[in-house]
Amino acid sequence: MSNELLKQPALTIKNISKSFGGIQALKDVSFNINKGEVVALLGDNGAGKSTLVRCASGIHPPDTGEIQVNGRAVKIASPQDARDLGIETVFQDLAVIPEFDITANLFLNRETLSKNPLLRFFGWLDDSAMEATASRSLQRLNSRIPDLSEAIKKLSGGQRQAVAIARAVNSGADVVIMDEPTAALGVEQSAQVNELIRLISSQGVAVLLISHNMQHVMETCDRAVVLMRGESIADVAINDVSPRDLVGFITGAQRLSA
Amino acid sequence: MLSSLKFNNWFSASALIRKEYFVYYVFFLVLLFFTVTLHESSFFSLANFMNIIRQTTPITIMAIGLTFALAGGHIDLSIGSVVALSALVAAVLMQQVPMPVAVCGALMVGVIIGLINGLLIEWLKVSSLLITLGTMGVITGLSRQITNLESVPIINSSFNFIFGSGSFGAISVLLVWTIVASLIGYIVLRKLRYGRHLLAVGGNENGARAMGINTVKIRIASLVIASTSAAIAGLLYAGRLHGARYTLGEADLLTVIAAVAIGGTSLFGGRASILGAVIGSWLMGLINNGLILSGFSTNEQMIARGLILVVAVAIGVKEQQK
Repeated sequence: MSNELLKQPALTIKNISKSFGGIQALKDVSFNINKGEVVALLGDNGAGKSTLVRCASGIHPPDTGEIQVNGRAVKIASPQDARDLGIETVFQDLAVIPEFDITANLFLNRETLSKNPLLRFFGWLDDSAMEATASRSLQRLNSRIPDLSEAIKKLSGGQRQAVAIARAVNSGADVVIMDEPTAALGVEQSAQVNELIRLISSQGVAVLLISHNMQHVMETCDRAVVLMRGESIADVAINDVSPRDLVGFITGAQRLSA
Repeated sequence: MLSSLKFNNWFSASALIRKEYFVYYVFFLVLLFFTVTLHESSFFSLANFMNIIRQTTPITIMAIGLTFALAGGHIDLSIGSVVALSALVAAVLMQQVPMPVAVCGALMVGVIIGLINGLLIEWLKVSSLLITLGTMGVITGLSRQITNLESVPIINSSFNFIFGSGSFGAISVLLVWTIVASLIGYIVLRKLRYGRHLLAVGGNENGARAMGINTVKIRIASLVIASTSAAIAGLLYAGRLHGARYTLGEADLLTVIAAVAIGGTSLFGGRASILGAVIGSWLMGLINNGLILSGFSTNEQMIARGLILVVAVAIGVKEQQK
Protein backbone atom coordinates (compact mmCIF):
# COMPACT_ATOMS: atom_id res chain seq x y z
CA MET A 1 0.00 0.00 0.00
CA SER A 2 1.67 3.13 -1.20
CA ASN A 3 0.58 5.51 1.48
CA GLU A 4 3.41 7.91 0.75
CA LEU A 5 1.42 9.06 -2.25
CA LEU A 6 -1.75 9.59 -0.25
CA LYS A 7 -0.79 11.61 2.76
CA GLN A 8 -4.04 13.52 2.83
CA PRO A 9 -6.15 12.87 5.93
CA ALA A 10 -9.57 11.40 5.18
CA LEU A 11 -10.79 11.34 8.77
CA THR A 12 -9.36 13.42 11.59
CA ILE A 13 -10.37 12.92 15.19
CA LYS A 14 -9.34 15.97 17.20
CA ASN A 15 -9.47 16.20 21.00
CA ILE A 16 -12.69 14.16 21.25
CA SER A 17 -14.18 13.71 24.71
CA LYS A 18 -17.37 11.96 25.63
CA SER A 19 -18.88 11.01 28.95
CA PHE A 20 -21.98 9.11 29.94
CA GLY A 21 -23.28 10.27 33.30
CA GLY A 22 -20.24 10.37 35.53
CA ILE A 23 -18.13 8.04 33.43
CA GLN A 24 -15.69 9.54 30.97
CA ALA A 25 -15.60 7.12 28.06
CA LEU A 26 -13.27 9.20 25.86
CA LYS A 27 -10.70 11.70 27.06
CA ASP A 28 -9.14 14.09 24.58
CA VAL A 29 -8.56 11.49 21.87
CA SER A 30 -6.85 12.59 18.66
CA PHE A 31 -5.61 10.75 15.60
CA ASN A 32 -6.13 10.74 11.88
CA ILE A 33 -6.52 8.30 9.04
CA ASN A 34 -5.11 9.15 5.64
CA LYS A 35 -6.69 8.21 2.35
CA GLY A 36 -6.02 4.59 1.51
CA GLU A 37 -4.71 3.86 4.95
CA VAL A 38 -5.90 1.06 7.22
CA VAL A 39 -5.70 2.03 10.88
CA ALA A 40 -6.32 -0.42 13.69
CA LEU A 41 -8.13 0.86 16.76
CA LEU A 42 -7.02 -1.32 19.63
CA GLY A 43 -7.74 -1.49 23.32
CA ASP A 44 -9.07 -3.71 26.03
CA ASN A 45 -12.80 -4.08 26.67
CA GLY A 46 -14.14 -0.79 27.96
CA ALA A 47 -11.22 1.21 26.59
CA GLY A 48 -13.56 3.39 24.52
CA LYS A 49 -13.26 1.84 21.06
CA SER A 50 -16.97 1.39 20.52
CA THR A 51 -17.72 4.83 21.91
CA LEU A 52 -15.30 6.33 19.43
CA VAL A 53 -16.96 4.42 16.60
CA ARG A 54 -20.33 5.69 17.76
CA CYS A 55 -19.04 9.26 17.83
CA ALA A 56 -17.74 9.02 14.29
CA SER A 57 -20.85 7.29 12.97
CA GLY A 58 -23.27 9.77 14.50
CA ILE A 59 -24.94 7.54 17.08
CA HIS A 60 -23.50 9.45 20.07
CA PRO A 61 -22.18 12.86 19.07
CA PRO A 62 -19.06 13.75 21.08
CA ASP A 63 -19.27 16.24 23.98
CA THR A 64 -16.24 18.24 22.90
CA GLY A 65 -13.67 18.07 20.15
CA GLU A 66 -13.79 18.10 16.40
CA ILE A 67 -14.19 15.59 13.62
CA GLN A 68 -12.83 16.47 10.19
CA VAL A 69 -13.62 14.73 6.93
CA ASN A 70 -11.13 15.36 4.13
CA GLY A 71 -9.65 18.20 6.16
CA ARG A 72 -12.95 19.98 6.70
CA ALA A 73 -14.53 20.27 10.16
CA VAL A 74 -17.97 18.62 10.17
CA LYS A 75 -20.84 18.18 12.55
CA ILE A 76 -22.05 14.59 12.83
CA ALA A 77 -25.28 14.72 14.80
CA SER A 78 -26.98 11.62 13.41
CA PRO A 79 -26.17 8.41 11.52
CA GLN A 80 -27.67 10.08 8.46
CA ASP A 81 -25.13 12.93 8.75
CA ALA A 82 -22.27 10.43 8.90
CA ARG A 83 -23.48 8.56 5.83
CA ASP A 84 -24.03 11.80 3.94
CA LEU A 85 -20.42 12.77 4.70
CA GLY A 86 -19.13 9.49 3.28
CA ILE A 87 -18.52 7.67 6.56
CA GLU A 88 -19.92 4.14 6.48
CA THR A 89 -19.84 1.85 9.49
CA VAL A 90 -20.02 -1.92 9.75
CA PHE A 91 -21.43 -2.32 13.24
CA GLN A 92 -20.68 -5.24 15.48
CA ASP A 93 -24.32 -6.30 15.35
CA LEU A 94 -24.21 -5.59 11.58
CA ALA A 95 -27.39 -3.46 11.56
CA VAL A 96 -29.09 -5.69 9.01
CA ILE A 97 -32.81 -6.39 8.85
CA PRO A 98 -33.31 -10.16 9.26
CA GLU A 99 -36.61 -10.32 7.36
CA PHE A 100 -35.32 -8.34 4.36
CA ASP A 101 -33.57 -9.89 1.40
CA ILE A 102 -29.97 -9.11 0.53
CA THR A 103 -30.82 -6.40 -1.98
CA ALA A 104 -33.12 -4.55 0.41
CA ASN A 105 -30.41 -4.67 3.08
CA LEU A 106 -27.72 -3.44 0.72
CA PHE A 107 -29.86 -0.43 -0.16
CA LEU A 108 -31.29 0.23 3.29
CA ASN A 109 -32.01 3.96 3.51
CA ARG A 110 -30.23 4.40 0.15
CA GLU A 111 -33.04 3.04 -1.97
CA THR A 112 -33.16 3.62 -5.70
CA LEU A 113 -36.43 5.30 -6.62
CA SER A 114 -38.49 5.05 -9.77
CA LYS A 115 -37.48 7.31 -12.65
CA ASN A 116 -41.06 8.41 -13.17
CA PRO A 117 -41.21 11.84 -11.48
CA LEU A 118 -44.73 11.32 -10.11
CA LEU A 119 -43.97 7.88 -8.64
CA ARG A 120 -40.66 9.20 -7.40
CA PHE A 121 -42.45 11.92 -5.49
CA PHE A 122 -44.27 9.26 -3.47
CA GLY A 123 -41.04 7.33 -2.89
CA TRP A 124 -41.84 4.47 -5.27
CA LEU A 125 -39.01 1.93 -5.12
CA ASP A 126 -37.25 0.65 -8.21
CA ASP A 127 -36.52 -2.89 -7.04
CA SER A 128 -35.25 -4.20 -10.36
CA ALA A 129 -32.69 -1.41 -10.63
CA MET A 130 -31.51 -2.15 -7.08
CA GLU A 131 -31.21 -5.87 -7.84
CA ALA A 132 -29.12 -5.20 -10.92
CA THR A 133 -26.74 -2.90 -9.04
CA ALA A 134 -26.56 -5.28 -6.10
CA SER A 135 -25.53 -8.27 -8.18
CA ARG A 136 -22.84 -6.24 -9.95
CA SER A 137 -21.37 -4.89 -6.73
CA LEU A 138 -21.37 -8.24 -4.96
CA GLN A 139 -19.59 -9.77 -7.90
CA ARG A 140 -16.91 -7.12 -7.64
CA LEU A 141 -16.36 -8.10 -4.02
CA ASN A 142 -15.99 -11.77 -4.95
CA SER A 143 -18.64 -12.61 -2.41
CA ARG A 144 -20.03 -16.06 -2.72
CA ILE A 145 -23.63 -15.18 -2.09
CA PRO A 146 -26.07 -17.53 -3.74
CA ASP A 147 -29.28 -15.60 -4.23
CA LEU A 148 -29.95 -11.89 -3.76
CA SER A 149 -33.60 -12.51 -2.94
CA GLU A 150 -32.67 -14.68 0.04
CA ALA A 151 -33.71 -13.26 3.40
CA ILE A 152 -30.80 -12.27 5.64
CA LYS A 153 -32.03 -14.51 8.45
CA LYS A 154 -31.46 -17.54 6.20
CA LEU A 155 -27.77 -16.68 5.66
CA SER A 156 -24.78 -17.84 7.66
CA GLY A 157 -22.95 -15.44 9.98
CA GLY A 158 -20.19 -14.98 7.43
CA GLN A 159 -22.59 -14.25 4.61
CA ARG A 160 -24.41 -11.68 6.75
CA GLN A 161 -21.08 -10.07 7.50
CA ALA A 162 -20.29 -9.97 3.80
CA VAL A 163 -23.58 -8.21 3.12
CA ALA A 164 -22.95 -5.64 5.85
CA ILE A 165 -19.44 -5.00 4.53
CA ALA A 166 -20.64 -4.82 0.94
CA ARG A 167 -23.22 -2.25 1.97
CA ALA A 168 -20.56 -0.06 3.56
CA VAL A 169 -18.12 -0.44 0.70
CA ASN A 170 -20.54 -0.02 -2.20
CA SER A 171 -21.92 3.28 -1.13
CA GLY A 172 -18.81 5.04 -2.42
CA ALA A 173 -17.74 5.98 1.09
CA ASP A 174 -14.43 7.74 1.74
CA VAL A 175 -14.14 6.27 5.20
CA VAL A 176 -15.22 2.79 6.29
CA ILE A 177 -15.30 1.93 9.98
CA MET A 178 -15.44 -1.73 10.89
CA ASP A 179 -16.20 -2.86 14.42
CA GLU A 180 -14.75 -6.38 14.77
CA PRO A 181 -15.74 -7.50 11.29
CA THR A 182 -14.16 -10.92 11.64
CA ALA A 183 -15.24 -11.75 15.20
CA ALA A 184 -17.94 -14.16 14.05
CA LEU A 185 -16.07 -15.59 11.11
CA GLY A 186 -14.08 -18.72 10.37
CA VAL A 187 -10.50 -18.71 9.11
CA GLU A 188 -11.28 -18.66 5.42
CA GLN A 189 -13.98 -16.02 5.72
CA SER A 190 -11.72 -13.83 7.87
CA ALA A 191 -9.09 -14.03 5.18
CA GLN A 192 -11.69 -12.92 2.64
CA VAL A 193 -12.60 -9.92 4.77
CA ASN A 194 -8.92 -8.98 5.10
CA GLU A 195 -8.54 -9.24 1.36
CA LEU A 196 -11.55 -7.01 0.97
CA ILE A 197 -10.08 -4.42 3.33
CA ARG A 198 -6.89 -4.34 1.29
CA LEU A 199 -8.89 -4.05 -1.91
CA ILE A 200 -10.85 -1.01 -0.79
CA SER A 201 -7.84 0.68 0.75
CA SER A 202 -6.00 0.29 -2.54
CA GLN A 203 -8.90 2.22 -4.06
CA GLY A 204 -8.17 5.12 -1.69
CA VAL A 205 -10.77 4.34 0.97
CA ALA A 206 -9.63 5.03 4.53
CA VAL A 207 -10.42 2.17 6.89
CA LEU A 208 -10.67 2.19 10.68
CA LEU A 209 -10.58 -1.37 11.93
CA ILE A 210 -11.41 -2.53 15.41
CA SER A 211 -10.03 -5.98 16.07
CA HIS A 212 -8.81 -8.21 18.83
CA ASN A 213 -6.93 -10.43 16.43
CA MET A 214 -3.29 -9.25 16.43
CA GLN A 215 -2.39 -11.38 13.47
CA HIS A 216 -5.07 -9.76 11.31
CA VAL A 217 -3.96 -6.35 12.51
CA MET A 218 -0.35 -7.11 11.55
CA GLU A 219 -1.45 -8.41 8.15
CA THR A 220 -3.90 -5.73 7.11
CA CYS A 221 -3.15 -2.51 8.94
CA ASP A 222 -0.67 0.29 8.32
CA ARG A 223 -0.96 1.91 11.69
CA ALA A 224 -2.42 1.20 15.11
CA VAL A 225 -3.99 3.54 17.62
CA VAL A 226 -4.34 2.14 21.11
CA LEU A 227 -6.90 3.36 23.61
CA MET A 228 -6.77 2.79 27.32
CA ARG A 229 -9.45 3.97 29.73
CA GLY A 230 -10.67 6.47 27.17
CA GLU A 231 -7.26 7.91 26.36
CA SER A 232 -5.08 7.40 23.33
CA ILE A 233 -1.82 5.90 24.62
CA ALA A 234 -0.11 4.89 21.38
CA ASP A 235 -0.16 5.72 17.69
CA VAL A 236 2.39 3.57 15.91
CA ALA A 237 3.26 2.30 12.43
CA ILE A 238 2.68 -1.44 12.22
CA ASN A 239 6.09 -1.95 10.60
CA ASP A 240 7.78 -0.56 13.69
CA VAL A 241 6.18 -2.86 16.21
CA SER A 242 5.70 -6.53 16.98
CA PRO A 243 2.43 -8.18 18.02
CA ARG A 244 4.00 -8.40 21.48
CA ASP A 245 4.40 -4.64 21.59
CA LEU A 246 0.77 -4.14 20.62
CA VAL A 247 -0.44 -6.48 23.33
CA GLY A 248 1.82 -4.59 25.73
CA PHE A 249 0.13 -1.32 24.82
CA ILE A 250 -3.33 -2.82 25.19
CA THR A 251 -2.65 -4.29 28.61
CA GLY A 252 -0.80 -1.19 29.78
CA ALA A 253 2.55 -2.94 30.19
CA GLN A 254 4.02 -0.58 27.63
CA ARG A 255 3.36 3.09 27.03
CA LEU A 256 4.24 5.27 24.06
CA SER A 257 2.80 8.44 22.70
CA ALA A 258 3.27 9.31 19.10
CA MET B 1 -30.85 -41.31 4.90
CA LEU B 2 -32.72 -40.41 1.78
CA SER B 3 -36.04 -40.82 3.50
CA SER B 4 -35.00 -38.56 6.34
CA LEU B 5 -33.95 -35.93 3.80
CA LYS B 6 -37.29 -36.21 2.13
CA PHE B 7 -39.00 -35.93 5.46
CA ASN B 8 -37.04 -32.77 6.21
CA ASN B 9 -38.01 -31.27 2.88
CA TRP B 10 -41.62 -32.10 3.45
CA PHE B 11 -41.43 -30.66 6.91
CA SER B 12 -39.91 -27.36 5.85
CA ALA B 13 -42.40 -27.11 2.99
CA SER B 14 -45.29 -27.55 5.38
CA ALA B 15 -43.81 -24.92 7.68
CA LEU B 16 -43.65 -22.52 4.74
CA ILE B 17 -47.25 -23.22 3.86
CA ARG B 18 -48.32 -22.68 7.42
CA LYS B 19 -46.67 -19.32 7.67
CA GLU B 20 -47.35 -17.69 4.32
CA TYR B 21 -50.71 -19.17 3.41
CA PHE B 22 -52.22 -20.20 6.71
CA VAL B 23 -55.04 -17.69 6.53
CA TYR B 24 -56.07 -18.77 3.02
CA TYR B 25 -56.37 -22.42 4.01
CA VAL B 26 -58.36 -21.56 7.12
CA PHE B 27 -60.57 -19.24 5.09
CA PHE B 28 -61.23 -21.97 2.55
CA LEU B 29 -61.88 -24.60 5.22
CA VAL B 30 -64.29 -22.38 7.14
CA LEU B 31 -66.08 -21.50 3.90
CA LEU B 32 -66.36 -25.20 3.07
CA PHE B 33 -67.51 -26.05 6.58
CA PHE B 34 -70.35 -23.53 6.64
CA THR B 35 -71.33 -24.28 3.04
CA VAL B 36 -71.86 -27.90 4.03
CA THR B 37 -73.40 -27.40 7.45
CA LEU B 38 -75.61 -24.53 6.35
CA HIS B 39 -76.59 -25.93 2.94
CA GLU B 40 -80.26 -25.45 3.70
CA SER B 41 -79.85 -21.74 4.42
CA SER B 42 -78.80 -18.95 2.09
CA PHE B 43 -75.18 -19.02 3.34
CA PHE B 44 -73.58 -19.84 0.00
CA SER B 45 -75.13 -17.04 -2.05
CA LEU B 46 -73.88 -13.87 -3.66
CA ALA B 47 -76.35 -11.86 -1.60
CA ASN B 48 -75.01 -13.30 1.65
CA PHE B 49 -71.38 -12.78 0.62
CA MET B 50 -72.14 -9.16 -0.25
CA ASN B 51 -73.81 -8.93 3.13
CA ILE B 52 -70.64 -10.22 4.80
CA ILE B 53 -68.56 -7.64 2.91
CA ARG B 54 -70.95 -4.91 4.00
CA GLN B 55 -70.67 -5.92 7.64
CA THR B 56 -66.92 -6.49 7.50
CA THR B 57 -65.61 -3.48 5.59
CA PRO B 58 -64.99 -1.29 8.67
CA ILE B 59 -63.07 -4.21 10.22
CA THR B 60 -61.09 -4.64 6.99
CA ILE B 61 -60.14 -0.97 6.89
CA MET B 62 -59.10 -1.03 10.55
CA ALA B 63 -57.13 -4.24 10.00
CA ILE B 64 -55.21 -2.61 7.13
CA GLY B 65 -54.45 0.39 9.35
CA LEU B 66 -53.42 -1.71 12.33
CA THR B 67 -51.09 -3.70 10.06
CA PHE B 68 -49.03 -0.52 9.65
CA ALA B 69 -48.76 0.07 13.40
CA LEU B 70 -47.77 -3.56 13.97
CA ALA B 71 -45.30 -3.54 11.06
CA GLY B 72 -43.30 -0.87 12.87
CA GLY B 73 -43.51 -2.70 16.19
CA HIS B 74 -46.34 -0.81 17.88
CA ILE B 75 -49.91 -1.74 18.67
CA ASP B 76 -52.90 0.59 18.78
CA LEU B 77 -55.64 -0.44 21.19
CA SER B 78 -57.47 2.87 20.75
CA ILE B 79 -58.74 2.14 17.23
CA GLY B 80 -62.12 0.83 18.44
CA SER B 81 -62.76 3.98 20.43
CA VAL B 82 -61.70 6.21 17.52
CA VAL B 83 -64.46 4.59 15.43
CA ALA B 84 -67.18 5.94 17.72
CA LEU B 85 -65.64 9.37 18.17
CA SER B 86 -65.09 9.85 14.44
CA ALA B 87 -68.66 8.77 13.61
CA LEU B 88 -70.11 11.04 16.30
CA VAL B 89 -68.01 14.01 15.23
CA ALA B 90 -69.15 13.53 11.63
CA ALA B 91 -72.82 13.21 12.67
CA VAL B 92 -72.77 16.21 14.98
CA LEU B 93 -70.82 18.42 12.58
CA MET B 94 -73.10 17.53 9.69
CA GLN B 95 -75.97 19.23 11.50
CA GLN B 96 -74.10 22.53 11.22
CA VAL B 97 -71.57 22.46 8.37
CA PRO B 98 -71.44 21.07 4.82
CA MET B 99 -70.93 17.31 4.54
CA PRO B 100 -67.32 17.38 3.19
CA VAL B 101 -66.25 19.62 6.07
CA ALA B 102 -67.83 17.23 8.57
CA VAL B 103 -66.01 14.31 6.92
CA CYS B 104 -62.70 16.19 7.13
CA GLY B 105 -63.43 16.91 10.79
CA ALA B 106 -63.96 13.21 11.49
CA LEU B 107 -60.74 12.32 9.66
CA MET B 108 -58.89 14.97 11.64
CA VAL B 109 -60.03 13.16 14.80
CA GLY B 110 -58.13 10.12 13.55
CA VAL B 111 -55.04 12.09 12.53
CA ILE B 112 -54.85 14.00 15.82
CA ILE B 113 -55.36 10.92 18.01
CA GLY B 114 -52.73 9.07 15.99
CA LEU B 115 -50.31 11.98 16.48
CA ILE B 116 -51.00 12.10 20.21
CA ASN B 117 -50.52 8.34 20.54
CA GLY B 118 -47.33 8.45 18.49
CA LEU B 119 -45.80 11.45 20.23
CA LEU B 120 -46.53 10.04 23.68
CA ILE B 121 -45.09 6.63 22.81
CA GLU B 122 -41.96 7.95 21.12
CA TRP B 123 -41.20 10.75 23.55
CA LEU B 124 -41.97 8.94 26.78
CA LYS B 125 -40.51 5.69 25.40
CA VAL B 126 -43.43 3.87 26.98
CA SER B 127 -44.93 0.74 25.46
CA SER B 128 -47.63 1.47 22.89
CA LEU B 129 -49.82 -1.09 24.67
CA LEU B 130 -50.06 1.10 27.77
CA ILE B 131 -50.34 4.47 26.04
CA THR B 132 -53.10 3.39 23.68
CA LEU B 133 -54.90 1.58 26.48
CA GLY B 134 -54.99 4.93 28.26
CA THR B 135 -56.05 6.97 25.23
CA MET B 136 -58.72 4.34 24.52
CA GLY B 137 -60.27 5.10 27.90
CA VAL B 138 -60.08 8.85 27.34
CA ILE B 139 -61.64 8.66 23.87
CA THR B 140 -64.43 6.30 24.97
CA GLY B 141 -65.31 8.64 27.81
CA LEU B 142 -65.24 11.61 25.44
CA SER B 143 -67.66 9.90 23.03
CA ARG B 144 -70.09 9.19 25.85
CA GLN B 145 -69.70 12.71 27.19
CA ILE B 146 -70.35 14.74 24.03
CA THR B 147 -73.68 13.08 23.19
CA ASN B 148 -74.98 12.10 26.62
CA LEU B 149 -75.13 8.49 25.38
CA GLU B 150 -77.66 9.46 22.70
CA SER B 151 -77.39 8.46 19.09
CA VAL B 152 -77.12 11.14 16.43
CA PRO B 153 -78.94 10.53 13.14
CA ILE B 154 -77.46 11.42 9.76
CA ILE B 155 -79.95 12.44 7.10
CA ASN B 156 -77.48 13.59 4.43
CA SER B 157 -78.24 11.08 1.68
CA SER B 158 -75.04 11.60 -0.31
CA PHE B 159 -73.00 10.93 2.84
CA ASN B 160 -74.98 7.79 3.53
CA PHE B 161 -74.56 6.65 -0.09
CA ILE B 162 -70.79 7.21 -0.24
CA PHE B 163 -70.03 5.88 3.23
CA GLY B 164 -71.82 2.59 3.22
CA SER B 165 -75.42 2.50 2.11
CA GLY B 166 -74.89 3.02 -1.61
CA SER B 167 -74.52 0.33 -4.23
CA PHE B 168 -73.88 -0.01 -7.94
CA GLY B 169 -76.35 -2.75 -8.91
CA ALA B 170 -75.43 -5.70 -6.72
CA ILE B 171 -72.05 -4.22 -5.81
CA SER B 172 -72.05 -2.37 -2.50
CA VAL B 173 -70.04 0.82 -2.32
CA LEU B 174 -68.33 -0.83 0.65
CA LEU B 175 -66.71 -3.39 -1.65
CA VAL B 176 -65.20 -0.46 -3.54
CA TRP B 177 -63.88 0.92 -0.24
CA THR B 178 -62.35 -2.46 0.59
CA ILE B 179 -60.65 -2.78 -2.79
CA VAL B 180 -59.30 0.77 -2.82
CA ALA B 181 -58.05 0.55 0.78
CA SER B 182 -56.37 -2.80 0.12
CA LEU B 183 -54.62 -1.46 -2.98
CA ILE B 184 -53.40 1.67 -1.22
CA GLY B 185 -52.29 -0.34 1.82
CA TYR B 186 -50.41 -2.83 -0.35
CA ILE B 187 -48.68 -0.14 -2.39
CA VAL B 188 -47.62 1.92 0.62
CA LEU B 189 -46.27 -1.10 2.50
CA ARG B 190 -44.63 -2.97 -0.39
CA LYS B 191 -43.85 -0.47 -3.12
CA LEU B 192 -43.00 2.78 -1.36
CA ARG B 193 -39.89 3.70 0.58
CA TYR B 194 -42.04 4.51 3.60
CA GLY B 195 -43.26 0.91 3.88
CA ARG B 196 -39.74 -0.46 3.53
CA HIS B 197 -38.42 1.82 6.25
CA LEU B 198 -41.36 0.97 8.50
CA LEU B 199 -40.69 -2.75 8.17
CA ALA B 200 -36.99 -2.10 8.74
CA VAL B 201 -37.76 -0.27 11.98
CA GLY B 202 -40.06 -3.07 13.10
CA GLY B 203 -37.54 -5.75 12.14
CA ASN B 204 -34.45 -4.22 13.76
CA GLU B 205 -34.96 -0.85 15.38
CA ASN B 206 -31.33 -0.21 16.32
CA GLY B 207 -30.11 -1.36 12.94
CA ALA B 208 -32.55 0.88 11.11
CA ARG B 209 -31.48 3.83 13.27
CA ALA B 210 -27.81 3.10 12.69
CA MET B 211 -28.48 3.21 8.94
CA GLY B 212 -29.87 6.72 9.37
CA ILE B 213 -33.60 5.96 9.28
CA ASN B 214 -35.64 8.36 11.40
CA THR B 215 -37.37 5.69 13.44
CA VAL B 216 -39.41 8.18 15.50
CA LYS B 217 -41.00 9.89 12.50
CA ILE B 218 -41.68 6.60 10.72
CA ARG B 219 -43.44 5.08 13.71
CA ILE B 220 -45.50 8.15 14.57
CA ALA B 221 -46.73 8.08 10.97
CA SER B 222 -47.68 4.40 11.37
CA LEU B 223 -49.88 5.26 14.35
CA VAL B 224 -51.48 8.11 12.39
CA ILE B 225 -52.27 5.62 9.62
CA ALA B 226 -53.82 3.18 12.10
CA SER B 227 -55.89 5.85 13.79
CA THR B 228 -57.02 7.51 10.57
CA SER B 229 -58.10 4.12 9.21
CA ALA B 230 -60.22 3.72 12.32
CA ALA B 231 -61.74 7.16 11.68
CA ILE B 232 -62.63 6.04 8.13
CA ALA B 233 -64.16 2.88 9.60
CA GLY B 234 -66.27 5.12 11.84
CA LEU B 235 -67.55 7.02 8.80
CA LEU B 236 -68.39 3.72 7.10
CA TYR B 237 -70.42 2.59 10.09
CA ALA B 238 -72.20 5.95 10.25
CA GLY B 239 -73.02 5.84 6.54
CA ARG B 240 -74.38 2.31 6.69
CA LEU B 241 -76.44 2.90 9.85
CA HIS B 242 -77.51 6.47 8.92
CA GLY B 243 -76.27 7.75 12.24
CA ALA B 244 -73.69 7.44 14.99
CA ARG B 245 -73.70 6.11 18.51
CA TYR B 246 -71.07 5.84 21.23
CA THR B 247 -71.20 2.03 21.07
CA LEU B 248 -69.88 1.87 17.49
CA GLY B 249 -66.67 -0.09 17.21
CA GLU B 250 -66.55 -0.95 20.89
CA ALA B 251 -66.39 -4.70 20.22
CA ASP B 252 -64.16 -4.40 17.16
CA LEU B 253 -60.70 -4.31 18.70
CA LEU B 254 -60.52 -8.04 19.38
CA THR B 255 -61.86 -8.86 15.92
CA VAL B 256 -59.36 -6.58 14.21
CA ILE B 257 -56.35 -7.91 16.13
CA ALA B 258 -57.45 -11.48 15.45
CA ALA B 259 -57.89 -10.72 11.74
CA VAL B 260 -54.45 -9.14 11.43
CA ALA B 261 -52.69 -11.80 13.50
CA ILE B 262 -54.20 -14.73 11.63
CA GLY B 263 -53.32 -12.99 8.36
CA GLY B 264 -49.62 -13.46 9.04
CA THR B 265 -48.62 -10.07 10.44
CA SER B 266 -46.24 -10.37 13.37
CA LEU B 267 -47.45 -8.79 16.59
CA PHE B 268 -43.82 -7.88 17.31
CA GLY B 269 -43.00 -5.92 14.17
CA GLY B 270 -41.02 -6.48 11.01
CA ARG B 271 -43.36 -8.82 9.18
CA ALA B 272 -46.68 -7.70 7.77
CA SER B 273 -49.21 -8.68 5.14
CA ILE B 274 -51.97 -6.41 3.84
CA LEU B 275 -53.65 -9.16 1.83
CA GLY B 276 -53.46 -11.40 4.91
CA ALA B 277 -55.19 -8.71 6.96
CA VAL B 278 -57.96 -8.37 4.36
CA ILE B 279 -58.54 -12.13 4.10
CA GLY B 280 -58.24 -12.40 7.87
CA SER B 281 -60.99 -9.81 8.31
CA TRP B 282 -63.19 -11.66 5.79
CA LEU B 283 -62.54 -14.85 7.72
CA MET B 284 -63.76 -13.18 10.89
CA GLY B 285 -66.83 -11.90 9.01
CA LEU B 286 -67.45 -15.35 7.55
CA ILE B 287 -67.26 -16.99 10.98
CA ASN B 288 -69.54 -14.36 12.48
CA ASN B 289 -72.07 -14.77 9.71
CA GLY B 290 -71.91 -18.56 9.83
CA LEU B 291 -72.37 -18.59 13.59
CA ILE B 292 -75.37 -16.26 13.34
CA LEU B 293 -76.96 -18.40 10.64
CA SER B 294 -76.26 -21.48 12.77
CA GLY B 295 -78.18 -19.85 15.60
CA PHE B 296 -75.34 -19.05 17.99
CA SER B 297 -75.74 -16.08 20.31
CA THR B 298 -73.55 -12.97 20.35
CA ASN B 299 -71.92 -14.26 23.52
CA GLU B 300 -70.90 -17.46 21.79
CA GLN B 301 -69.61 -15.49 18.82
CA MET B 302 -67.43 -13.50 21.18
CA ILE B 303 -66.00 -16.71 22.61
CA ALA B 304 -65.24 -17.91 19.09
CA ARG B 305 -63.43 -14.67 18.23
CA GLY B 306 -61.36 -14.89 21.40
CA LEU B 307 -60.38 -18.48 20.65
CA ILE B 308 -59.36 -17.55 17.12
CA LEU B 309 -57.16 -14.76 18.46
CA VAL B 310 -55.47 -17.11 20.92
CA VAL B 311 -54.80 -19.66 18.19
CA ALA B 312 -53.55 -17.04 15.73
CA VAL B 313 -51.23 -15.47 18.28
CA ALA B 314 -49.95 -18.85 19.42
CA ILE B 315 -49.03 -19.73 15.85
CA GLY B 316 -47.46 -16.32 15.34
CA VAL B 317 -45.34 -16.61 18.48
CA LYS B 318 -44.18 -20.10 17.53
CA GLU B 319 -43.09 -18.78 14.16
CA GLN B 320 -41.23 -15.95 15.86
CA GLN B 321 -39.29 -18.34 18.06
CA LYS B 322 -37.92 -20.30 15.12
